[in-house]
Amino acid sequence: MPAIKTENLVKRYSEVTAVDGVSLEIPKGEVFGLLGPNGAGKTTTISMLATLVSPTSGAALVAGHNIITRPLEVRKNIGIVFQEPSVDDLLTARENLYLHSMLYGVPRPEIEQKIKKMLALVNLTERAGSLVRTFSGGMRRRLEIARGLIHDPKILFLDEPTLGLDPASRKAIWTHIRALKETHNTTIILTTHYMEEADSLADRIGIINRGKIIELDTPEALKKKVGQDLVLLKGEINEAALKALPFVNSVERENNHFKIGITNSGANLQALLNAGGRIEEVEVRRVTLDDVFLKFAGEQIGQDIEEHAEGIFERIAANKTVRK
Amino acid sequence: MLNLNAVYALLLREAKIFFREKERIISILISPLLFLFVMGKGIAGGHSPVAGYSYQQFIFPGIMAMVILFTSITYGLYIIWDKRLDFLKEVLAAPISRTTLFVGKSLGGMLGSITETLLLLLIGAAFILPLDIFKILLTLAAAFPISFMITNIGLTIGARMKSMEGFGLVMSFLTWPLFFFSGALFDLSTSAPYIKVLSLFDPVTYAVDLFRVIMLGQGNFPVWISLGAILVFSLATTILGVVSFGKLQQEK
Repeated sequence: MPAIKTENLVKRYSEVTAVDGVSLEIPKGEVFGLLGPNGAGKTTTISMLATLVSPTSGAALVAGHNIITRPLEVRKNIGIVFQEPSVDDLLTARENLYLHSMLYGVPRPEIEQKIKKMLALVNLTERAGSLVRTFSGGMRRRLEIARGLIHDPKILFLDEPTLGLDPASRKAIWTHIRALKETHNTTIILTTHYMEEADSLADRIGIINRGKIIELDTPEALKKKVGQDLVLLKGEINEAALKALPFVNSVERENNHFKIGITNSGANLQALLNAGGRIEEVEVRRVTLDDVFLKFAGEQIGQDIEEHAEGIFERIAANKTVRK
Repeated sequence: MLNLNAVYALLLREAKIFFREKERIISILISPLLFLFVMGKGIAGGHSPVAGYSYQQFIFPGIMAMVILFTSITYGLYIIWDKRLDFLKEVLAAPISRTTLFVGKSLGGMLGSITETLLLLLIGAAFILPLDIFKILLTLAAAFPISFMITNIGLTIGARMKSMEGFGLVMSFLTWPLFFFSGALFDLSTSAPYIKVLSLFDPVTYAVDLFRVIMLGQGNFPVWISLGAILVFSLATTILGVVSFGKLQQEK
């Protein structure tokens, strides 16, 4: 039985379709990365799976329980770290963790021990007794993560878990996520903007845009679709000749240079340069998930920006105020 | 259906927050005290409908009901803040039924109202209306179902409201009318007919009357009618509240 199985999950709000027919199967113990631009439907998908929002149509089983008919059973098996901090401002860090443990039915004799462990993990031991009101954004986030983990959920949803964290805290959280998978076989669904994060943590990645999963594979396979290596060329380039080469996966023109995805640059670079025309500048680098993301989701983002060009700055401004 | 550990946790949260905000505990008492000590004494010539008691003493039970009314409704509406600030999300995502959440919140509201009631009761017993310990305990006991009933009204409205802007509307169109039509400041039996009729549909009317029977030994209704009405209103508001909480969803 997979940890999560969805069939044609749809969520329509009055004006927009936030999630448009998502079908997924996530096996137990997998770290699944959900990647997509703002407003692509990542958070709505997670909210439906966590039974916080009811789907317009479609079905989903989480830990074997139907999200519509058995939401309580689903909730017993999951943990969530929300994108926007939801820790209680008026309570201390320790009280937040205690309350959460009680709500999730952690046996009382174990609570004290677990709180201690979690506080140490997210480096908040010294501030355990302070009101969350006095915490910085990063500290709240860390507390939120500790809270999501404290009841040892079988399935963990992390919605942008390391947003706004400093590199050291981020690395600590990553280490813990990997450890959870290894020691507890926890299934983890992770949404993120950081390609590096998805690349280093996720077993498989789904790229979601406009409510639809447009690509779904391992990070390696996704990168292969772009090419193992990227060669950036500047000069008078013979595009047709490049495309004819067997080891070239993709050729894209970007402003004043060409972006060419190839396999095995070590063996093939010489041939590429010979065929390329009069070259002024060369740069070779490994493909990253950023390139994958831009290839699959980038075109649509470009379109979106053009379509809504007049409104985009207002929207960005609105987003920023909300975040505060 | 009802998870007692979770109810305890929710109640604990409300208690911690309530007792941490001491300014709020005091500020809630300001307007009832103005009514008692300014209006109660200001209308010094005003006659008391109950023989042997001054006007100030006569309105004291009504002001007790007022404290519960204002504390409980305000508390209930506060969950709009919870919704706005995302704190509610954590509780909505927890593996507890909406009934458990509702009961936890409701008991939390009662705790606040009972605390305020006790404070005002002690002030009143010291300066206005001498009460023996038996009457004080009876008043407190009566405050429990009354707080429950009114907290549920507040929670039901709070769960359905989208923004804090509606707060003023609720105060103007609900809380104040509930207070004035309850006869807290006058005797309903000698008032205008339309007030008499409307007061019958006001749950606070029965709270005021019950308090008067306990403290002054005289009211307009027999105790069983007041208790019965409070019970019926409590049941109705509990059902409404549980239904409203069931519909609560995460908001964008």
